[in-house]
Amino acid sequence: TCQRKYNFLMEEDEDVSFTQPSSSQLQRGLDRLTPAQVDRKVAEVVQFILIKDQKKVPIKRADIVKNVIKEYKNIYPEIIKRANMKFEKVFGFQLVEVDPKNHAYILVNKLEQNPRQPAVMSPGHPKTGLLFVILSVIFMKGGVVKEPVVWNTLKKLRVDQGEKHEEFGDVKKLVTEEFVRQRYLEYTRIPHTEPLEHEFRWGVRAEKEVDKMKMLEFVSQVHDQEPQTWTKQYKEAMAAKGGSSRS
Amino acid sequence: MAVTLFDSHRRFLQTIMCNGIMEGSKAKAVHRHCCEVYHTPYTDDSLDEFIDLINSYLQPLFMQIRKGMSEDDGLQYYTLVNMAETDITRMSSDYADNELELFRKTMDLIVDSENGTASSTDVLNCADSLQTKKMKKKETEQVLSRLVQDKWLNEKHGEYTLSTRCIMEMEQYIRNIYQDLVKSCAICHNIAFQSQMCCNPSCGIKIHIPCAARYYKGRVDPRCPACSKFWPHEIPAIRTSSQVSTLSPPVASAISTSQSRRMR
Repeated sequence: TCQRKYNFLMEEDEDVSFTQPSSSQLQRGLDRLTPAQVDRKVAEVVQFILIKDQKKVPIKRADIVKNVIKEYKNIYPEIIKRANMKFEKVFGFQLVEVDPKNHAYILVNKLEQNPRQPAVMSPGHPKTGLLFVILSVIFMKGGVVKEPVVWNTLKKLRVDQGEKHEEFGDVKKLVTEEFVRQRYLEYTRIPHTEPLEHEFRWGVRAEKEVDKMKMLEFVSQVHDQEPQTWTKQYKEAMAAKGGSSRS
Repeated sequence: MAVTLFDSHRRFLQTIMCNGIMEGSKAKAVHRHCCEVYHTPYTDDSLDEFIDLINSYLQPLFMQIRKGMSEDDGLQYYTLVNMAETDITRMSSDYADNELELFRKTMDLIVDSENGTASSTDVLNCADSLQTKKMKKKETEQVLSRLVQDKWLNEKHGEYTLSTRCIMEMEQYIRNIYQDLVKSCAICHNIAFQSQMCCNPSCGIKIHIPCAARYYKGRVDPRCPACSKFWPHEIPAIRTSSQVSTLSPPVASAISTSQSRRMR
């Protein structure tokens, strides 16, 4: 733990020394380099982020600067901007800052999804189905649910948090750790509860990747109703649609 | 880059990245599926064009979707390859220094061998003399298992070979490091590990096992294409994609072990 504290401090130090360049500093920095040099750096950042993103853990700005950007620090904002353009144009991803304080990013999938299949996960992997069920329960119940609600829902599908599941293994670990680490879910303590209780919300990756309208349409089909039956959720889905429309 | 990419291209690229490597018929199916889902015009034989367009956008990022033949089943596979570094960068983020050294030593053994394999016994012996940090038997076995899981190596009956993805991704690196020690297949001219070799000592050309299957099919008197000396090796059977899935493991291993037995 001592070592971890030290590493954390080191990284924070590195980031504290990183100050945002002014626009004139940025321009001067760009002028000093050839377009080929800048393009090369952008390519390296894209590759670095793609490799790191495979772990599905947010990528720290400090890591990007230390390992890739290096002496090009003064044009960092421009490099990140161009990297993001590449992500969107070539891969259909978006670089999203999830931790404004510590400056960490995730790559979010911007392609229009089949609601049953968030494409970031292995296509057709049963985990995506499980995640989808959990997300839809949370959504339909207004955006936050107490932990038991999730386990009860899964129990109906014969997925038990207590038992080792044939397909998912340790279900509790998958839902409360893996999905949370990947930012699909948020799992937070409810203060002043004895014994300690938790609640689930959508994580930032789910917010960015999952089309709420498509999810509502799917749920409506299951219940043989119109999406508008759920006025609150319908309004929320419409609002989400307006905010993230792609050209 | 006048022509723009569509979501179908992006989705195809994402799928290749997700899968690591994709067999040809699956790639065709994914291509069709992506075009259908994202309403892009599609024709049956346009996969190469489709990939060419994606590659034109990947090139400034020093990446390419490459097509290559598997030494194991002779089928075509597609994978995303890093063009910039000649070092094993993708692996560097997943493996510790001594694990990478073990991998390089395994590769040494494979390059050195006649038939492109390294026995687990030999790899374990290497683990004992690593310069970075020695590795015990149990740890070595775990690292090898991870390398197989991550699709860098294949394992069959205690023999390790380089995976298709590994060869495609690292061909440049391998040629730089090993130079004349690696040979190309006399038929398809790609780098060759699991192969048959001409018995004429002054010839010594190599032919991939699947390439030999195709080249010598039905020939009563097989000869070396370079020196015309009799080709003594067992002519392997050609596998098609439909066959590969139904080919039972004992038959497949019989083919490979018979090859290695003859080599000695």
